[in-house]
Order: sequence, then C-alpha cells, then structure tokens
Amino acid sequence: MKIDLERISWVDIFLWLFRIAAFVLIVVGIYNTLAAGKYTSEQWVTLIFSGLAQGSIYALIALGYTLVYGILLMINFAHGDIYMAGAFTAVFLAEYFAENGFLAAHPFIALTLLALLAGGVSMALAVLVERIAYRPLRNAPRLVPLITAIGASFSIEYTFRGLYGPGFHAYPPVPALSGSVHIGRFEVPTVQIVVLIAAVVLMAGLYFLVERTKIGKAMRAVSENQDVARLMGIDIDWVIVFTFAVGGLLAGVAGVFNGLFRPQGVYFFMGFIPGIKAFTAAVLGGIGNVPGAMVGGILLGIIEALGPNLFLEGLGIPAANQLKDAIAFTVLVLILIFRPQGIFGERLAEKKA
Amino acid sequence: MNQAQDTRLDWRTAARLGLLGGVVTLYFGAIGMVLTFSVRNLLGTFINVGQILTVAGALAAGYLVGRTFIEAGRRRQVIPMGLLAGFMAGLPPLILVIMGTLFPVNPMFININDELVQLITFGLGPVLGSVALVLLSTVMGLVGAALELMDERPRRALINGVLWVLLLGLFSENAATILEKFIGHAAVRWMFQNKSLNPIAGAVLFIITFGFSFLGSGDRARQKWQSMPPEAQQQWRKYFIVLGLLLALALPWIVGQFLSQVLFIVGLYVMMGMGLNIVVGYAGLLDLGYVAFFAFGAYTMGVLTSPQGPGGGILNFWAALPFSIAVGVLFGVLLGFPVLNMRGDYLAIVTLGFGEIIRVLAYSNWLAPLIGGAQGVLGIPSPSLFGFELGKPEYMYYLVLVGSIIAAFIAARLRDSRLGRQWMAMREDEDVAEAMGINLVQTKLLAFAIGASFSAASGAIFASRLHNIFPNSFGILVSINVLSLIIVGGLGSLPGVVVGAAILVGLPELLREFAEYRLLMYGILLIVMMLVKPEGFWPEAARKRELRGEEEWDEAAAAPSSAE
Repeated sequence: MKIDLERISWVDIFLWLFRIAAFVLIVVGIYNTLAAGKYTSEQWVTLIFSGLAQGSIYALIALGYTLVYGILLMINFAHGDIYMAGAFTAVFLAEYFAENGFLAAHPFIALTLLALLAGGVSMALAVLVERIAYRPLRNAPRLVPLITAIGASFSIEYTFRGLYGPGFHAYPPVPALSGSVHIGRFEVPTVQIVVLIAAVVLMAGLYFLVERTKIGKAMRAVSENQDVARLMGIDIDWVIVFTFAVGGLLAGVAGVFNGLFRPQGVYFFMGFIPGIKAFTAAVLGGIGNVPGAMVGGILLGIIEALGPNLFLEGLGIPAANQLKDAIAFTVLVLILIFRPQGIFGERLAEKKA
Repeated sequence: MNQAQDTRLDWRTAARLGLLGGVVTLYFGAIGMVLTFSVRNLLGTFINVGQILTVAGALAAGYLVGRTFIEAGRRRQVIPMGLLAGFMAGLPPLILVIMGTLFPVNPMFININDELVQLITFGLGPVLGSVALVLLSTVMGLVGAALELMDERPRRALINGVLWVLLLGLFSENAATILEKFIGHAAVRWMFQNKSLNPIAGAVLFIITFGFSFLGSGDRARQKWQSMPPEAQQQWRKYFIVLGLLLALALPWIVGQFLSQVLFIVGLYVMMGMGLNIVVGYAGLLDLGYVAFFAFGAYTMGVLTSPQGPGGGILNFWAALPFSIAVGVLFGVLLGFPVLNMRGDYLAIVTLGFGEIIRVLAYSNWLAPLIGGAQGVLGIPSPSLFGFELGKPEYMYYLVLVGSIIAAFIAARLRDSRLGRQWMAMREDEDVAEAMGINLVQTKLLAFAIGASFSAASGAIFASRLHNIFPNSFGILVSINVLSLIIVGGLGSLPGVVVGAAILVGLPELLREFAEYRLLMYGILLIVMMLVKPEGFWPEAARKRELRGEEEWDEAAAAPSSAE
C-alpha cells in the first residue's frame, strides 16, 4: 500500500508530534506519581469526591452552553456571569436566613428558597440578555453576536459590582451539611454528597424535559432545522427564550451549590473562570449534546481535582495546585486537538460552519 | 424605531419610551454611577455629571419620542407626547427614593443610600424632592421632544454649543493645564474654578461655539473639500499628514507630564490595536488571548535587561527588543498551530484559555526562578539613546509614537499587499479562499505571528517604562480593552485604531472617577456598537463602500458621526 505523502502537510506532522508529546507527558507524570506512592487511596477518594461535586456544578453550567449552542450555534459568553448573578443575589438571602436562624432550623426549605431565588434571577437575566444582545443580531455574521456576548459578559459583571459592591460575600455554613458521611471506609463531606445528588436530580429532570416533553421536542426540532421547525408551527422565538431560561435556571442553582461547599465566597467576577471551564466541559462531552455536557462536566471536575497531584507533581513541578486552573484550559486545547467533536460527538445540524 | 408599527403609534409608545428612559436612570442610580459622578462638577458648583445622568434618560426619551412622531408626520402631537414621556421617565427613579428612605437595603444594594436620595431629590426632602424630580424629568422630556421640532441648523448649533461647554467642564483640569501655556495663569484661574468651568466662561464659550456652528463653517469646509479635484485632495492630504505628524511631535510639550503619560498608554494600545487589527480585522480570527503576547514581550524584556533578574541585565533595551519581538512571534506561531483547524467561536474560547494559562503560569512558583512568580520582575532599566536616558513620560511617548507609526506603516502596507488580500479573502470565506489557491495554514500563521510581534514590542516598551512588571498587569482585561478599541474604531480600519484607543483608553485615564465603571462602559459600548453601528466610528474603506456605496473614506474624517 502506498501512502500519499503529498497529502500529509507539515501541520499534520506537527499536530501528531504534539499529540504524542502530550500523551507521553501525561503517562510519565501519572507513572512517576503512582510509583512514588506519596498519596494513600483515602486521599485519592477524597479528591475524586470533591471533583465529582465540583464537576456536577460544571455540568449544570455546561448544560446552558450546550443547549444554546445546539439551537443558535453561538457561544453564550455571558453564561458564566449569569451563573454569578444568581449566586451573588442569593447570598444576601442566605445571610438573612443565617441571622434569624431559619437556615439552621429548616435547612431544606431554606436551601430550596435560595435555589429558587438564584435560579429565578439567573433565568430572568438570561432572558434579558437574549432579548437585548442576541435576538436583534440573529442573522448577523457569526463574529457579531460573539462580540455582543463578550460585551454582555462585562456589562453583567460590572453591573453587579455596582449593585452589590466589589467585596466577597461568603455563604453562611449550613449546620445540617457540615458533617461527613461514611461510604465504606471512606469519609466524604455531606455537602459534597448533597450537591452531587441534587445536581443529578436536576440533570435527570432536564433530560426528561428535552427527550419526553412537547417543548423538548420543539427544542430538538429547532436545533435540527429552524426553517422546517417554523413550518411545523413551532414558535422559534419562544423556544429560544425557553432554552435560555432553562440554561439560566440551572446555572443559578449551580451558583448556590457552589456557594455551599466553597467557603471563599462569591463576588462579581466569580463567573468568569467557571464559565470557561463549563464551556470546556460542554466541548469535552460534545457540544450540543445534553448527556455529553453532564458527563463532560463531571469528568472535567475529576480531572481538575486529580490533575495537579496525579501528573503535574509526577513531572516534578512544585506547588502544582497553583496550576489547577491551567489544567482545565489545557484539557480544552487537548480535546480540540485530539477529538474536536468531543467524547459523545456533537449534535448539530448540517448548517454548522 | 419601529417603522412597521407607525400605524398604531399613540400615547402608549411615548409612555413606553419614557419608562425605558426612567429605567435607565434607575439603573445608573442603583449601580452607583450617579453618586460617584456627582463629585465631578461641570459648570460652577451647581451642575455635576451625576445630575446630568439623572435627567439624561428623560431627555433621551423625549428626543426619541419626538423623532418617532415627526417621522410619522404628527408634528402637533410632539409636545404633549414629549411631556408624557418625560413624566413617565420621572417615575422609575422614585423607586430609589422609596428604597433609600423606607427600607434598609444598604447591606445588599450598597449604592442606594441617604446620600443618593439627597442627590436626586435635590436636598428637598423625599416628598417635595420626588415631586421636583418628576417635574424636572417632565421638563427634560419636553426639551428633548422640542429639540426635534427645531430647524436643522439651530438645533445642530445648540447641541454643539452645549456639548462643548459640557466637555470643557468635564475635562476642566486637563484643559486648564494646556490653556495655561497659552493664555496665562490668571485667565485660567478665572475660567476654571472649583475644578469646573466658570459659568460666565461657559456662557461665552457657548455663544462662540453656537455662533460658529450656526454659521456652518464646518459645512462649508466640507463642501470646498468635495469640490476640489482629486489631485488637489491628494496634495492636501499630504499636507495634513505632515501637519498631524508635527502636532504629534509637539504634543508632549503642549500637554505636560501627566497627559504625556496618558498619551504614552494610548500609544501602547495603538500598537497592540494595530496588531490585533491584523488578526481580527483583516484575517477574521477572533483572538481573545492577545494579552499573552504582550506578556511575552514584557517578560522577555524584563528578564533580559533587569540587573536583578536571572539575565543579570546583560542586554540593554535596544538589544533586548528584537528578542522580545522574536519570542512574541515564536509563541504566536506555536499557539497558532493547535487552533488552525478550529471554527471561529472555538478559536475565541481557546485563545481566551491560552491567555489564562499564561497568566496562571506567570503567577506560579514553577516558573518563579525565571520570571519571579507573584513578585514579578523588578528594576527594569529605562531605555537610553546615545547615553541619554529616556525615562520621562515625554520621551517614552516619542518611543511609543515611533513604534505606532512603524506598526501603522507595516499594517497599511500589508493591507494592500498580496498577503492582505489573502487575509481578507480568508475572512470573508475560508472555503472559497482555499479553493482560490490560498494556503490557509501559512496565511493564518502569518496573521498570528505579525499580530503577536506588534503586541510583544508594545509589551517590551511597557516593561521598560514601568520598571517593575507583575502578573496581574496581564489579565484578560487587556485583551478585552484592545478588542473593544478596534471594534469601536472600526474593524480593519487603521485610523479607527487610533480613534478607538483615544476614546476607550485615553478618556478613562482622564476621568479617574470612571475607573470603576470603565469595563461596564466597554461592555455596553460593545453591545450598542454591534446593534447600531457595527462598522465602527471610522470604518475601513472597503466596508464603508459596501455599506454606503462611496469611493472615499476621507469624508468619515470630516464627519465621523454622520456615517450611518
């Protein structure tokens, strides 16, 4: 068999070298760490569980990206800030609940109310952003809505800075969630388990919504082909608004979850990094693909939790935890090089560019 | 606005627009802009920017209502509808008064407080003040609508006059330092009191600018320009360029040290803008990690020239500059490789990720032995020329001016070259460009590399001016600044980069109170620009021709705001 050498460009060669180098680095790192045996299996399990909880939050945000991308083929760059808006607003209610003891007395009701408030605020904001920044530009060149999305992102951040101030606000500790649960011989913080379960319930609900309800069917139809969907009598505008609303709701609830188990507090810029990471999760699972975003989010959470200790330390990098944020972005670059369509494959109509 | 709905144009339209204007006022109040800006006096001590913001919504609503009704041919309804819009615009801000006086919302909405209530009720107390606020809004709505009823010429003169007075009042401190050199200390002291314009001086200025505008000297100049033969225009254009250059050379000595520093920063951003303009404007590759190359340039310069760094100061500025640019180009190509096959929006996010990776690495202990980690690189020397140290902002301004001119020259030559055509072909349609025989890989990598080199040079100058560089100077916000300025100026347009940098970088430096709201303004500006004026303030010739069917883009110079 004769290989057509003409068709192998030097870019391909470079990319293959890059792939091999990345693969070798990861394998060597993991091997070194495991061979050194510095961490016990309890420590790994702790890391995995915190990764699961963090990852379920990424997954909830990623769903917003993937739903919108599936329908409009645009990255809702402001989604991370929509997530911030809910969490930042609800923290004041949480402080109020903590002050009058309601949070300790009825943790379940209090947390539900918090999630509803955060979800509501994020939902309203997502719909508003769609109305102002995206809808008038639906037929514009693709660069244009991306630029307004960046504009929307910064407007939201600094609006909330103006409204609530530039400082950090920590979610008060919830007594009912402060303990830990024994799973086998491992001890896992209760809050992580609760967040994980709640997130899985929400995701199952979303899956049901998309796959089994009428509006879900309409969403899938619009993402398949807008023109045909319109001919079938589907109100495109309403479906798009609904999609943004659902994405916003999930992001807002995710914001409360995040506040529960991360003590460093919420502030106006908190949505930026999780936003990019959640997008990474969506791409990891295959953008436009709802189960893909869920799996991608959780996988990214685990990679990020294990990454610094598992392969960066093995490569002899000091203070590897400082590079945690870089891991997610590296994962993004690596997926786009290795498998741009993601693990489960993209679910996009043919019109994709 | 809604031309299709003209048939059912009635009082509801006016009320809705009025409410919208009022909500804008409410927003400005709630996020604290009214309060923050109220320290900036405009005219005497009795008109400040905060008050302008309080009534701007009503004024704009009245104006829009006036225009809508006149376009529908209903001149007689303009006055009552303007009144209605103004009245409606006065209602939403009352929420601020109610919240500020009746409910303790302070821990949550930090900016809704007694001080704000005092300000927007003019110190008259909540009840009387609310009435006054609504009345003032109503009057403003009326004024806005009435503006539309005036003839074109007096209206334009009036608006010009008011704008001049407001602008001079706003920049009174800077204007004072400049004017002092020409009209003497005593006159300036009289003109600008309490960091604002003296009302009498304001009135004189208004009469002068109104008069000039009314007599239409600008119009006549434009007509004369248009009636000239093309050769003469070419000739005059050369004179203008020389004149502009002379002005640019003399500028630091006219404006003083503080403004020279501002000009220096604007110049840095012009250089970066020229580079990003190649990547985004010409080649259509949306790069959000552009700050990475700025950081590479700055760190290379720091490491090589700082005596305290690992390089031990082996090189001086001029010897290190080529290395800075080379490192920028190298990483431009390296980071360009993985993103070669990505579609537009993925590219944006991945480059954003690159920018963040670079920042995280700059902070990390891992690379600290080389680039100092969170401590940064300290003690970078100023550049010197023939033994003469260029440390002062005035001299650094010249350095950055030369850099900008070189960058602009390269960018202009590239635009008209074969490579420039290839970039633009690629921007319009990658597949078609490839089918035409354009090597996409090479073209894209060249765009990244050249763009990166401008940014790296800018970073190198930045490092040698600041002497100490820290990782937090290289955040995503720099990328957003540069992107915003080239979009506001007009994607692909070289004069647009200068205009954009002056507006988005220069003005906020002068208005320190803005600092908090700078990025908010950028964000809103990006959205509004894309909705209203996607081609920018000074659009590229080709784009403008497409949009307006004109041959010359010099007209945009004469009337940058009239281009629709």
